[in-house]
Amino acid sequence: MTATPARLTPLTAMNSQIMGENPIFRQILGICSALAVTNLLFNTVLMCMGLIWAVVMSSITISVMRRWIPLRVRMMVQVLTIAAFVIMVDIAMRVWAPTVHVQIAAYVGLIITNCIIMGRLEAFAMKNRPSFSFMDGLGNGLGYAGVLVAVALFREALGFGSLFGYPLPALDLWWRQWTIMVVPPGAFFVLGLIVWAGRSYTLSREQAAAGAVESQVKK
Amino acid sequence: MIAQVTQQPVAASLIAILFAAAITDNILLTRFLGMCSFLSVSRQMKSALGLGLAVVFVTTATTAINSVLYRQVLIPLEKAYGVPADTMILILFIVVIAAFVQLMEMFIERVSLGLYFSLGIFLPLITVNCAILGSSLFMVTRQLDLLGSLIFGLGNGLGWWLAIMLMAGIRTRLRNARIPPALDGAGITLIIAGIMALAFMGYSGMIQVQ
Repeated sequence: MTATPARLTPLTAMNSQIMGENPIFRQILGICSALAVTNLLFNTVLMCMGLIWAVVMSSITISVMRRWIPLRVRMMVQVLTIAAFVIMVDIAMRVWAPTVHVQIAAYVGLIITNCIIMGRLEAFAMKNRPSFSFMDGLGNGLGYAGVLVAVALFREALGFGSLFGYPLPALDLWWRQWTIMVVPPGAFFVLGLIVWAGRSYTLSREQAAAGAVESQVKK
Repeated sequence: MIAQVTQQPVAASLIAILFAAAITDNILLTRFLGMCSFLSVSRQMKSALGLGLAVVFVTTATTAINSVLYRQVLIPLEKAYGVPADTMILILFIVVIAAFVQLMEMFIERVSLGLYFSLGIFLPLITVNCAILGSSLFMVTRQLDLLGSLIFGLGNGLGWWLAIMLMAGIRTRLRNARIPPALDGAGITLIIAGIMALAFMGYSGMIQVQ
């Protein structure tokens, strides 16, 4: 959260959150509520949509109200704001996807305690204008969703041989079920490997940037 | 005699609830709840122990309180006025947890300053610890009674404590290991957690979860 771009516009606020400051690669925050549903891609996408809605809307709300929230009770205000938007997600899911809702209802409720949302409200929305907070929340949500969808992609393809419930082509030729991808430990392994890949990428970029600066200084 | 016959299965089922919640259905390793503080606080045994004990206490207490409130307040309200209990639990539970943590903080501050300074920094972390809200929410989906939810909360807390202590021990040992820089920190912790989850789930043959 330290690297502030030279000129903060809504778009840079969003972009920095998707790649450089991605909440999962940087801090491994907020995987609690959603990682448990990543063995099916469809559930993951629904959860991520719910999370994006909650983070974006509560960012705007807190940002609009930021001058009137007393510091002492701000945690409570933030939690209740998030809870209100999560309840909307819960009701919407109950109406539009009742079969999925039965499976993941408890996890939808757990979006309330997702650390990313609290973190963004505390670190960004309390200090910035609504337009910036909107883009910041959206960038965070998208960066987070990207990683989780990647995890779900591997887990469903290897564990069930399908994507979004549709079987992959020529299954009997190449596919052998990886039971470990269906059970919870699979999520740890896949996420660990994805974090490894993501970190290597950002590290190599940082080293390249540092090298460029050094060579300029030498000249 | 009859009482003893009925007593036996109850006690057995309570032990089963405790064992399942703490080991085979570990809230951290199989449901990924409370991962944020797990990953950030598991660097040292001492802080892991402090946070773990606080989580055990808060989880047990709030799960029981929420169980009572759900049964005695929300269900009657739904029957009498049609207030949707499934929706209201989210607000009620999070308010109960936040209020409980706040009260506990004030109480500890009055009673023992030493404990307050060693435990105090973890208390704000606890309000947003998913494992505690999760324990209450799963209590509702499993439809446990008061005693059952007390044991269930205790099991969840103990399981969380056990997992973070084991991880802190392993990470202390890992300090001298040569790990690729990109994997160091969160990456290797996640992979170890995966292996730990496999070990914990290995016990699942011993017990039938509802």
